This record gives sequence, structure tokens and C-alpha cells, in this order.
Amino acid sequence: MPIEVLMPALSPTMTEGTLAKWNVKEGDEVASGDVIAEIETDKATMEVEAVDEGKIGKLIVDAGTENVAVNQVIAYILEEDEDASALDNVSASAAPKAEEAPAESASEEAPAAGSSNAAPVAASGAIERSDAEPRAMSVMNATQDEKTYTSFKTQTVREALRDAMAEEMRSDDQVFVMGEEVAQYEGAYKVTQGLLDEFGDKRVIDTPITEHGFTGLATGSAFMGLKPVLEFMTFNFAMQAIDQIINSAAKTLYMSGGQLGCPIVFRGPNGAASRVGAQHSQCYASWYAHCPGLKVVAPWSAADAKGLLKAAIRDPNPIVFLENEIMYGQSFEVPDDDDFVLPIGQAKIEREGTDVTIVAFSIMVGKALKAAEQLAEQGISAEVINLRTIRPLDVNTIVRSVMKTNRLVTVEEGWHFSGIGAEIASVAMEHAFDYLDAPVARVTGEDVPMPYAANLEKLALAQDSHIVAAAKAVCYR
Amino acid sequence: MATTKRKRATTRADNQASSDDLLKYYREMLLIRRFEEKAGQLYGMGLIGGFCHLYIGQEAVVVGMQAAASDEDGVITSYRDHGHMLATGMDPAGVMAELTGREGGYSQGKGGSMHMFSKEKNFYGGHGIVGAQVPLGTGIAFSYKYREENKVCMTYLGDGAVNQGQVYEAFNMAALWQLPVIYCIENNQYAMGTSTQRHSSSPDLYERGKAYGIPGEQVDGMDVLAVKAAGERAVAHCREGKGPYILELKTYRYRGHSMSDPAKYRTKDELDKMRKEHDPIDMVKKLLIDGNIVDEAGLKDIDKEVKAEVAKAAEFAQNSPEPDVSELFTDILIDA
Repeated sequence: MPIEVLMPALSPTMTEGTLAKWNVKEGDEVASGDVIAEIETDKATMEVEAVDEGKIGKLIVDAGTENVAVNQVIAYILEEDEDASALDNVSASAAPKAEEAPAESASEEAPAAGSSNAAPVAASGAIERSDAEPRAMSVMNATQDEKTYTSFKTQTVREALRDAMAEEMRSDDQVFVMGEEVAQYEGAYKVTQGLLDEFGDKRVIDTPITEHGFTGLATGSAFMGLKPVLEFMTFNFAMQAIDQIINSAAKTLYMSGGQLGCPIVFRGPNGAASRVGAQHSQCYASWYAHCPGLKVVAPWSAADAKGLLKAAIRDPNPIVFLENEIMYGQSFEVPDDDDFVLPIGQAKIEREGTDVTIVAFSIMVGKALKAAEQLAEQGISAEVINLRTIRPLDVNTIVRSVMKTNRLVTVEEGWHFSGIGAEIASVAMEHAFDYLDAPVARVTGEDVPMPYAANLEKLALAQDSHIVAAAKAVCYR
Repeated sequence: MATTKRKRATTRADNQASSDDLLKYYREMLLIRRFEEKAGQLYGMGLIGGFCHLYIGQEAVVVGMQAAASDEDGVITSYRDHGHMLATGMDPAGVMAELTGREGGYSQGKGGSMHMFSKEKNFYGGHGIVGAQVPLGTGIAFSYKYREENKVCMTYLGDGAVNQGQVYEAFNMAALWQLPVIYCIENNQYAMGTSTQRHSSSPDLYERGKAYGIPGEQVDGMDVLAVKAAGERAVAHCREGKGPYILELKTYRYRGHSMSDPAKYRTKDELDKMRKEHDPIDMVKKLLIDGNIVDEAGLKDIDKEVKAEVAKAAEFAQNSPEPDVSELFTDILIDA
């Protein structure tokens, strides 16, 4: 059979073009790569190269013809052992094919271009609709009662984080810690104290100040199965590296069809510290929580910090672990048990209540608890949920609480636009619409870059008084 | 700490390859070329979507480098990656089926031309962000050192990527920690449509590691034997624990940056001259004929075999079904 030369598409969106010029005539010998024609679209002129070798048997479309449909036969090449008689059968059928080759039929012949656009879109719609409820429910079913511990010790968040890393490094030699000042300096915030002494410089590695580079490097090592715990001195600096976190760490499992996992923990202080100005005071929870392929964890207490960091290091997925500098020095009771670990994806009810649900994470949990005390004095019983994990969100705990209290206040340090509070409000609307007795209220940071001046900084941050006011507002008090 | 070597202007190899080696390189390069021509054709038919960056013209680079490496060594590159996959021994049918977005593709159709991987063949992508593969490849080399494995990571980047900041962040750490990584700069002279003269303050890209003490060589990337010889020097350097090495492989891509690039930024004469006088496949063909290793008929047989293999791959890529819709929601996270 003679080889068909088809009108090529220059891009997935091209449906037709002009056959501007033939560079060969019938009877010419061509080899792979020889330019045989030029085609034009409104955007470009491109050369058509022969893909097979042989002799030009017949030119079907004249030079200068406009609106030639993609995939229409424009010429035949005779193979080595063929002569012109081989064209007898095909020539007759070629002409009608040319005429009846409008864009529609061309796209029908091209299943990848045509149906791959249509099918997955339709399918995803179908799956999305039928699956939205069960997916949320599966989260609900996953909730289990937390294991109870009998023995506790008082620890700072800083010590709890260190112990979590040390314990995991002891049990798995593939775990290593890397970051700026993590080894000899023992951490800019002293979180990695003692690790260099115990594990040596092979596993506790000081990096240059080179976030984009070391994040890519650590991610590459995680593709190979190592388990890096990567410390960002603060998450503000991880913005330099966000391409590697999202495009490499979070997406590669999917893009590789499940071949390459990325067991890495990106950890460090997130959000505002104190008087460090706009570039060092930002909450990244909603940035990372937006992206499939990542888990996003935000501990509040020392027990959270230890149990969740241990879980994060053991988890085979990339985890963004958002700490808070102001919390590092605060002390809490931590279970004194070698097996203590907390499940990722499970929120904790820190205080039970009946009148209003307050959902918070990280440092805001403490402010929410203070607010709950003040509310109690005013006769309002607030339930405080510590999210612990932002993604996957524990929809179950939130929804069950809202079904009980019928009122919801979300609290976060970050900005309100596209914030975590917006997502939680949406979850409440989707899953507990009929239970809400008031619109959801969001307490967030003000919509400004963080100011330096002490008075302005205080005004920009959410305070317990804002939470109290919001809770009273949704209770119509 | 090694220092940058003197410039070896387009190092040429002593012709030391065995007959079998030459035949192997010829076949491997031809497979890449025929595969890419077929990919271009399928793209033209609308069977391949999105972006499609062809490797035609650059075949000697990856075939020469793989000839210097062992099967255990890692390979990572950018989005012009089909040649690298074939050179690491990945199945052309699986690669082509990924290009057509089908279930039989290496990523089950979820990656596409720019995002393909084979753990089995130590091929770690296929990365779509210019330069991002450089720290990743350096991290792969880090894992080799951490685990005390005597392996090397071939980290390919283009002349366009050498101006990305993260490349130098990686160079610095690789040199600082003496990581076994070879940075193979495929200088095909155009960063998309911008020529090296227009994008680089210094045209000698092999010197880009000088500030970090990384030795560099400039190599004729159209000559598979020169590439192999330089690759062997680089691999030996890494295996001896001396840290990273840079090879600038001067090459040329015959096609546009991607399928929809008419390549107006260069002259037809320039392209024709490269094709006629420096074609990497013709060069080996001449060695085979002149050395009486194989005759025209023998070459024709190889051509036919390669063509048949590519035809089979193309057929598989068109017949393999699209991924099941349930695949939309798989491989996002691993069950913890």
C-alpha cells in the first residue's frame, strides 16, 4: 500500500490550513526528514517533512489550496517495491475523502484530540457529583477515638519537635534532617538541639542559604526513597522553593502513574512572629492546602507537635508541616510513651460546648480557648476544635460539631480571601446547611501586609476579643 | 578540590569503539530519530496533544553518554526527553503510548510527553519546569552518596536552563558535598527561539561551574564517540569520589523548540549545513561503511528493523485505550 501523507496539525487547536507550496513533484525520491511541502495557518508557516522514504507517487492537493482539513490525505509516497500502479486503488478513493474531510470528521479520526477532551471532562463531572458526598463521608468514618495515655511529661513545643525527629531518626536510618543552621548552630530557633551530636553530620546537614536548590535536592533524594526532614528557617523563605514543593514533590507521584513517591517533610515556623514586618510574617496554610498531592499539618500544642511530626516523618507522602515561632517556648503535657503518634487528618475537640463551634489551628487554638473562657463568663458555651491537619480536612469533626451547636466561627492568622475559613464555611454550607442558625463568621488577619509598628501589628492580627465578638454575633447576642 | 580544566575546543574522540559498539550506537540513534519522526507525524494527526519537543539532531548526546554509564546510573532530564528514555532502554511502545495519553503509557497517560518516568530503568523524568531537574538530579546523587552506592546521576539540562538560578544553587551544593553528578549541558544553541549569543553573557557553558571548582569540558555533541570518551572521563571522576563534572555537549536540534515552532530565528542554510555536514547518524554510518563493518544492505536491514519497531510502537500507542476514568483519582497520595 502506498504511504498516505496527511495534512498535519501544527498545534492541538488547528483544524485546517493552507497548503502553500510543494517542494517536490511526482516521481521525486524522498528520504525521512526531507521537506516536501510548506503549510500556512494564520499564525505560522511550517515545513512538512517526509516521515517515510520512497518516491512521490501522487500529489492529491494542489499548491495554494486553502482550508485543507487536518488529517486529509495530501499525497502518496510509493514504497521501494511499488510502482505507479499501486495508486490505482487509492486515487479513486482519495478525491472524495478530500472533499468530505471537514473539521468534524477530522477530529473524529483523531480520538486523542477529540475524545480525550470530552471524555474526561464529562467523566470527572459525573464522578465529582456522585462522589462528593461519599468522599466526605469516608473522612467521617475514619475518625477514631484517640488512644489514651496515662503518663505525661511537661515539654515545650521546641523540645517535642526535636524528640519527634530524634526518635524517628533512631528507628529509621533513611531519615535525615537538612536545612540552614540545623546542625552546628542547632537550629535558628534551636529546634534541632542535640541532633548533630547524636546523629553526626551525615544525617544532620547544614545547607547554604539556598532554599530553591536544597528543596529540589531533598525532593530528588526523596524520589529515591530517602526521608528528608527539611527545615525552612521560616516558611516565608520557602516561597523561593515553592515550585519544587508543588511541581516536583506534590505532583510527581501522579505524573509518574504511581511510580515515584516523595516521602518528605517540609517543616518550619509559619505565620507572624513578632515585629518582623511584612516579608517575615505570613500564613501559608491556604497556599499549600490548595494543592492536591500534599498533606498540610499545623500543630498547636507540644503533644500535637510531637505526635504529628512523627506521623509526618513516617508518612510516604510530601507533608508541609507548619509550626509557629511564638509557640516554640510554650509548655504542654506530652504523653510519655515511645509509641505516641497522632493520626494525620484528624482534628481534636479541645473544649466541648453547645452554643457555638470555633474552629482554629496553630497559635489561634490558644486564642480560641481564651475566647471560649470569656464567652463562658457571658453564658455562651463554645466548642473549640483544633484542626491539627488542614489537608486532608477533618470534615466529620467540624460538621458534627456544627450539627450540635448550629453556629460556626472560623479563626486563622492569615488573610481572609481564599483562606482556610472560606473553605470551612463552604464545608459547613455543603454538609450542614440546614443546621446553621446564622451565617458562618470568619476571624482572620486584616487584609494588609504585616506592619512593623507595634500598635499596627496588633491591629492587623486576630485577637481573642475578635473571636469573642464573632461568636456573640453568630449567637445574636 | 579540582579546578576548571583548560578549554578543550570541541574534543574529538580517538576512534576506539568496537564494531559492535558502533553498530549499537547507530541503531540506538536511528531508533530515536525514527521514533521522533513518528511522534511528529502522530502529533500532526492530532493523536498527540499539548507540547511535543523532539530530539532529532541531538541523538549522539544521550547515546554517547549512556555508552559511558552503567545501567545502574540514574538519568534525569527536562521535557525534551524521549531520546533519553529510549537510550535508557525504556520500551518505545510505552513511551509512544504515553505521548498519545493512553493506558499503556509509562505514566498510564497521566504524565504526557514531558512527564514520564521508569524506576526500573533508573529514569527519573521528564520535568517540565526549565532547570528544576538540576537540583532534583543533584538530590538523586545525594542519595547515592548517602547510601554509599557507587552510582552517578546523569543530569541533563539545555543551554536555556543554564541561566536559571537554581542550577547554580545545585552546582554549589554538589561541589561542596562532592556529589556524584554529571551535568550534561546539551547546548543546541537555542533556548526556545533565543540563540546562545543572545541569552548568555559568556558562550562557553562548560565554564559555568568554574566558580564552584567544577571541572568542565566542551565536547562535540554531534560525535557519539567524542561524547562517549568525555562521558567516560566524567564518570570516572565521579566514581572516584571527586564530585560533580560538567560536560557542554555542542549539538543542534533540527526541529523547532516544540511542534508549533516554525523556527524563524535561524536560517535554512544553517540547518541544512548541520544536517549535511554534522549529522550524528551519518557520521557513524560513514565509519561503519568505511571500516567495512557493514555494507549498505546490512544498514538497510537495521533501518527496516528500527522502522518496524517504531511502527509497532505507534500502533500500540493508537490502539491502547485511554486510561479508565477511575484513574483520575489514583496516584495522588500513597496510603499511609
